Amino acid sequence: MSDYVLELKGITKAFPGVKALDGVHFQLKKGEIHALMGENGAGKSTFIKIITGVHLPDEGEIILNGVRTQINSPKDAQRLGIAAIYQHVTCFPDLSVTENIFMGHEKVSKRTKRIRWSEMHDEAKLLLQELGSNLDPRTRMGALSVAQQQIVEIAKALSMRARIIIMDEPTAALTARESEELYRIAEKLRDDGASIIFISHRFEDMYRLASKVTVFRDSRYIGSWGVNEISNEALIVAMVGRQITQMFPQRSAEPGEEVLRVEGLGKTGYFADVSFSLRRGEILGLTGLVGAGRTEVCQALFGITTPDQGRVFLRGEEIVIRQPWHAMEAGIGYLPEDRQKQGLVLDWGIGRNITLSALDQLSRRGWVDEKKEAELAKTLAEKVQVKAQSIFDLASSLSGGNQQKVVVAKLLTAHLDVLILDEPTKGVDVGAKSAIYEMISELAAQGYGIIMVSSEMPEVIGMSDRIIVMREGRVTATLEAANATQAGILAAAMANQTIS
Amino acid sequence: MEKRVLLGSRAFSWKAFFLQWEWMLVLIFLLVHALNAYLSPYYLNADSLRDATMTFLDKAFIVLPMVLIIILGDIDISVASIVALSSVVMADLYTRGVPMELAVFICLGVGALCGYINGLLITKFKELSAVIVTLGTMILYRGIAYIILEDQAAGKFPEWFSYLGWGYVGPVPFIFLVFVIFAAAFILLLHKTTFGRRVYAMGNNLTASQFSGIKVDRIKIIVFTLAGLMAAVTALFLTSRMGSTRPNIATGYELDVIAMVVLGGISTAGGKGRMIGAILAVFLIGYLRYGLGLVNVPAQMLLIIIGLLLIAAVTIPNLKGRLGKGKRAG
Amino acid sequence: MTGKTLEKTSFGASFARFRELGLLLFILMLAIGVQLRNPSFLTMENLSDMVTNTAILSILVVGMMLVIVTRGIDLSIGATLALSGMIAALTVSAYPDVHPLLAILLGILVGLICGAIIGLLVAKAGILPIIATLGMMNVFRGTTFLASGGKWVSAHQMPSSFKAIATGSVLGINTLILIAVFIYILFYYFITYTRTGRQIYAVGSNPESARISGIQNDKILWLVYTIMGGLSGLAGVLWVAKFASAQGDTAVGYELSVIAACVLGGVSIAGGSGKISGIILGSILLGMLNNALPLINVSPFWQMGIQGAIILIAVVINALVKRGVDRNNLMRRRI
Repeated sequence: MSDYVLELKGITKAFPGVKALDGVHFQLKKGEIHALMGENGAGKSTFIKIITGVHLPDEGEIILNGVRTQINSPKDAQRLGIAAIYQHVTCFPDLSVTENIFMGHEKVSKRTKRIRWSEMHDEAKLLLQELGSNLDPRTRMGALSVAQQQIVEIAKALSMRARIIIMDEPTAALTARESEELYRIAEKLRDDGASIIFISHRFEDMYRLASKVTVFRDSRYIGSWGVNEISNEALIVAMVGRQITQMFPQRSAEPGEEVLRVEGLGKTGYFADVSFSLRRGEILGLTGLVGAGRTEVCQALFGITTPDQGRVFLRGEEIVIRQPWHAMEAGIGYLPEDRQKQGLVLDWGIGRNITLSALDQLSRRGWVDEKKEAELAKTLAEKVQVKAQSIFDLASSLSGGNQQKVVVAKLLTAHLDVLILDEPTKGVDVGAKSAIYEMISELAAQGYGIIMVSSEMPEVIGMSDRIIVMREGRVTATLEAANATQAGILAAAMANQTIS
Repeated sequence: MEKRVLLGSRAFSWKAFFLQWEWMLVLIFLLVHALNAYLSPYYLNADSLRDATMTFLDKAFIVLPMVLIIILGDIDISVASIVALSSVVMADLYTRGVPMELAVFICLGVGALCGYINGLLITKFKELSAVIVTLGTMILYRGIAYIILEDQAAGKFPEWFSYLGWGYVGPVPFIFLVFVIFAAAFILLLHKTTFGRRVYAMGNNLTASQFSGIKVDRIKIIVFTLAGLMAAVTALFLTSRMGSTRPNIATGYELDVIAMVVLGGISTAGGKGRMIGAILAVFLIGYLRYGLGLVNVPAQMLLIIIGLLLIAAVTIPNLKGRLGKGKRAG
Repeated sequence: MTGKTLEKTSFGASFARFRELGLLLFILMLAIGVQLRNPSFLTMENLSDMVTNTAILSILVVGMMLVIVTRGIDLSIGATLALSGMIAALTVSAYPDVHPLLAILLGILVGLICGAIIGLLVAKAGILPIIATLGMMNVFRGTTFLASGGKWVSAHQMPSSFKAIATGSVLGINTLILIAVFIYILFYYFITYTRTGRQIYAVGSNPESARISGIQNDKILWLVYTIMGGLSGLAGVLWVAKFASAQGDTAVGYELSVIAACVLGGVSIAGGSGKISGIILGSILLGMLNNALPLINVSPFWQMGIQGAIILIAVVINALVKRGVDRNNLMRRRI
């Protein structure tokens, strides 16, 4: 019998065009909180999906309580006592808290198979109370905050007597106080003998909770350490794999005149009182924890959502943006976070994707000039160095980095002054990352004003001229990149604040 | 740094050219003719074929914009009601003394307005699907037609009006000529213009299209308005052929139209298919109906055949896609 | 944290309650209004007539609610109703000694088969519900015509035992009403106290999560359309017995009234929510409109237009209410 409740050896998983996991290992002890860290795209999500039975590994073995096991489906994982709590809670918004907790293992009377509601409500209430929550189990799930929904998910894990609980960035969308609450619950679960795999980008979470940390990088296993054995710097090197300054191109651009100014922008429930200015040739890093309101600010600037307060000035003139095409016509472009769902027509060739925003300039009275179109597409695809045979290769056939280049090429067709890049290197492998960094700095040198949203501190510090840090919908710091440190940014991103 | 050169033109492949759904349709089309000719000696007769064409072409006008709607990933089941309403309004105005020329114009206006209202509701209330919106307007529009005419018929149109449905230009039926013009216009619109390109983009990925600066709401409204307008065109020809109109005119047309579009290879998931396929399907179903009618297959049987054809047309590509997906996952 | 929660709960719940209360109030006001115009409205005779007429509608509404809860729609029920009604009628006219209960079972069986076919198309072949039901609507309607050879089965061809299904009464209450009440109790139990019933809501609320929770979505979809078919079959027999005639075009367009009653009753077109109490009110309101409009001299030709307007207004109001609730939830979020 081994010491470990869960052991994974040599797990490999490939998807068309991507190797998501390459021979990774993981060992989890009973009653341990084990942090799993790594940059975006390091393979953590795939790893979790393998443990929870969503994906089957191509190679490698899973050993549960000393027994080699196959986890074929989420149902299997549940049966084996494995539960996962995701950052985006996957719940039934129309159903009650009780039902969400007991979905799939409702309490029914033996003979008539009648659901025993009062018993379930009572037990749900007890489970929630155990977690220190006074939620009414009859509440509709959709009416709860994210933090409350997570507590319900944890209660669900408890109700299934899960012994291994995976928390995937659970604190990402929580306020400091809500996080504190979650820490307390995690510790309690650990003390009761459960084992927890805790995934987070926050060092704070790791130091506060975990006794061990395992790092993945570029789909590979890098190492495992006791939390006290490894320094912060060494951990960053393990995650990033290099001295962070090396990756980023040297930039000597002198920012030009102001191109965008935002005054007191706000949207009820998302962000408030956001002000900043942006100059030509400048890269403005916009960072903060997930859920701090960064993406929402960008989407408001691009007309995807409508802000209800504040003013926006472009080239000194006030503009009102209600639709993305207003923004594009005014001169603001947006590189969305999810390039597959928001950036590309996957079933189309590279060429048509690139020219999608430029159809007006490629047409005469509405007729598309296909020759001109092919030329433009070809020129731009070569300019951003897309690796493909022809502009007719399907966008779906490209790797993440090349897909991102196609989306950038599309932005280059429009006459823009401001580019908003939302997590431009998310899910892109390391080699492609530096190509994208080079591209971004090249764009800045050409005179674009660039707002770069990113969760990756090294990237923000390495690329930006100035950095805006947001927390819970407000700007908490504006830093010169030269003086910025990860610690400083992190402090601004999650400084303790009492929430009433 | 290496400089990659991308190919800027697509290599022509005979294999890809022949592996198109449209050839399949052509094949079925020929089969239908062969079958009909075999079943009925009266079938292969230029005059009767020509007359048959005149009878089924009326609804073909709606097929054209319906292709756009289904490529957008939406659906419009109110088109038959729009035919009824615009026809009834026209007839009612004429019997009240409005000149026929003006009444025709108003008929087109009513159709366009109905379509515009559909588009407006769908874009203003994004949480409502096109199914439920057009279901509501389908009842509403026909309901208004009933309010106007009750169970009466209206007609006695001027002589020239019957030319639309019955007239010839030389040996060619007028309706056929008009359809060819409209069909050509819609083929060009869908495949050669920025508008068509944007429609395809929206059907494939609405969010990416919106984020690429496409005026998605405006395009949707235009497409639904076009559907209303073409439904009114159908109303003109249908009313002209029938010589009078009733509120229950064109009942069930939405099914025929959707069946033709889907059979034409336009995916209900949106983003795929070509105009020519649907046009082929119009003639395919039209002649099939005509031929079966010649050998005295009852109209109800045709109802069943059209229904089954619709189901078959959507099932085959779905199963194919599913099998393909299964392979990739495994 | 907890204090805020409780407040939020009551807010959301009161909104939902407000909805049904509003509907009830509207029904009462309509009743009073009609009564003032025509005193024969609130008589025992008219009321029982109205409720009897609404009974068949309300049976169909239960099935349609389940279909809509799974984000689907069924346009074929009018045709299914006609087909099963016709087959039952043909059977009893050929064999007058058949027990009426058997006729009912036969009708339900035909409906179940029709529904199962549609369920198969939607769940297994992955066809959009609107397309599948539109196509099968024609197939069923055509089959009805073929089965009857285009003829009617009229009152004198039906044995009186068959017609008694709709006219008979137990303890002074019409059988149709009793059947509807029975169906409602049955389905209230089904969607409240059985796991399968709850799974229907889970699939509609979030299909992806449902799959992860181990629910077999396609089975649930299949079940829902089969139930809808079975209820349509039952309604078909009741319809034919009540009107003592079966025709090829029985209940053409009736699906629209049923859908209207659902959306009036607050069943969300986006799926996941819909309550028995809501659809009872929705059915009553629709039944009342059908009954009351002629009484206050509204031409019957207005009915269709009014129904269309009601569907549109109801779905738009549902959408606006939902937006309001969402906005209110956001206001409560502190930043």
